[in-house]
Amino acid sequence: MSEIRFQAVRKSFGKFAAVDGVDLEVRDREFVVLLGPSGCGKTTLLRCLAGLERVDDGRVFIGDRDSTDLPPRRRRIAMVFQSYAVFPHMKVYDNIAFGLRMQREKKPVIDERVRSSAGLLHIEELLDRYSSQLSGGQRQRVAVARAIATKADVLLMDEPLSNLDALLRLEMRAELKTLLQNLDATTIYVTHDQIEALSMGDRIAVMNKGRIVQLGNPLEVYDNPSDTFVGGFIGNPPMNFLEAEVSANGGASNAKLSGGSFELTGETAALAGHNLLLGIRAEAIGVETAAADGLGRAKVIVLEPLGSHNLLTVRCGADTLKVSIQPDLFPQPESDVWLRLEPSRIRWMDRDTGVAIHTGTEEFATETAVVTT
Amino acid sequence: MALPRIRVGRVFAYVAALAVAAFILAPIYLITISAFSSFDAVYEYPKNLVPTDASMESMNIFLESDGVTDSLLRSAYVAAITIVLCLALGTPAGYALARFTFRGGNPFQLALVSTRAFPLIIIAIPLAVTYLRVGIDDTVIGVALAHVAFTLPLTVLVTASVFAGISYELEEAAMTLGCNRLSAFRKIALPLALPGVAASAIFVFVTSWNEVFAAALLTLRERTLPAQMLAALDTSPLPYRLAGGFFLLAPALVVIFFIRKYLLTTWGRVAR
Repeated sequence: MSEIRFQAVRKSFGKFAAVDGVDLEVRDREFVVLLGPSGCGKTTLLRCLAGLERVDDGRVFIGDRDSTDLPPRRRRIAMVFQSYAVFPHMKVYDNIAFGLRMQREKKPVIDERVRSSAGLLHIEELLDRYSSQLSGGQRQRVAVARAIATKADVLLMDEPLSNLDALLRLEMRAELKTLLQNLDATTIYVTHDQIEALSMGDRIAVMNKGRIVQLGNPLEVYDNPSDTFVGGFIGNPPMNFLEAEVSANGGASNAKLSGGSFELTGETAALAGHNLLLGIRAEAIGVETAAADGLGRAKVIVLEPLGSHNLLTVRCGADTLKVSIQPDLFPQPESDVWLRLEPSRIRWMDRDTGVAIHTGTEEFATETAVVTT
Repeated sequence: MALPRIRVGRVFAYVAALAVAAFILAPIYLITISAFSSFDAVYEYPKNLVPTDASMESMNIFLESDGVTDSLLRSAYVAAITIVLCLALGTPAGYALARFTFRGGNPFQLALVSTRAFPLIIIAIPLAVTYLRVGIDDTVIGVALAHVAFTLPLTVLVTASVFAGISYELEEAAMTLGCNRLSAFRKIALPLALPGVAASAIFVFVTSWNEVFAAALLTLRERTLPAQMLAALDTSPLPYRLAGGFFLLAPALVVIFFIRKYLLTTWGRVAR
């Protein structure tokens, strides 16, 4: 059993607070991704868990042990480094066997585990090579094989795919996910790549400026961002944010944007008294080529065909929006289109604090999808 | 027109390389053949450049001279002690400079470099007086200590740059795999630094083996080879000097020759 618990962990480098009070609980065998831009403290947090950095304040628990003051070798962890850190003076076999030898395992055990780990990563035929004779992708596999060979309770990965080229990264992402599903280890995975985070994690902890700003499963984080930072960081394109004013008159309320206004149904009481930002995902905006009731007019600036869909940049009043539309629709630049904002997919944010305001009428993408199909 | 010009450039480069090689190799060659020739051949003029009568006559004259074998042994001891002390003190110091930021780290490094700025001659008298007071004048260990003082700063700087070139992540990886700091150093950083450490060992050896000033200053009877030769130079015949020159030259060349292979070929990769 190896759940992980951070309690009010702080770590500063000089005056810079890299990790600024993090509380996080990771369940046994869970796969949690730490996601954030560079400098957000995600790698520092991982290194605090590994014991490679000493925390200034707070506690770190691994399993039921307070590991705050334990050296790395006593934490029953294994780590994959961004640079892979494959030992250049040892053959692949000895690299994978290194941790097992440190644990003084018997020779047959070592041999069996080295070969089975190498087998899982498909590098059996490389066991006799040195790291300088391997490609980047192969080195990456060696680093993962070395980490899983010791069967550590906790597996830590620090941007393991970021040094691979795009195609290899895609391939390795799926392979790594399959591999980790079959292991019993609790995994903490650090990345700045939101697609990696969305596609791999059981839960995602989005970090910014040394704090965790949102913790949730991938869809939740994507569809219901806790603030404008998360909405803007996750998703490609990022969430659209439009300045809005909501006025209630009787039963219905009206939302006014710079490019037009529309009727709001449902509960809007929570919005009163805030300067508002309306957040909406590119795929939650419907596009019509003819005017109709309740649609806002917008001018097409750029059309980017992406194969699976077309990405439209449009200007609506003072706002610029990214809209994703079906791949067979090609509105020409400078032409007019009409937009419909899916009411249930609108996320309200406070313009001053950036924090999400919940009205109780939001629906998740999954639920909407079920309704429409 | 481009092709001939490249060719001319290449020819010039080869000629220049040959000239440099000849400049270095010719004296080595002459000393070597003279050291292994008969007494008469040494004085022969014009010189026979292809040795026909290899003989141990010159060598024997040298080796049988008073104090030569003793001083040769002493030189070997001094060099060995110097290397051991230099590496034992210099490698950890270099590692510390490369891995840790500590108060005074930069001034320390500057101080190391500045030790080479003072000519030896200005510390000669204080050095001799100190040795006399402490009572280590005219001893092998005394000469070795002086050599350590000369070579240690550069050993520290060289090993520091070697360790700085080895990613700390490798040691961190070892620590997550069960090493403590010391065993991570021993199993990872040290083996990886070995070529560089060996290079500074060569430097220390050559410096100590050929060092004459401190050795001559600090010893009277317990002379190392260079000191012994310096003392006997003006009173000894040419074959003696040439054979002695060979002894000063040869060990350094042999050491460099054997370690060179190790410096260049490591872990399945040839560094060119």
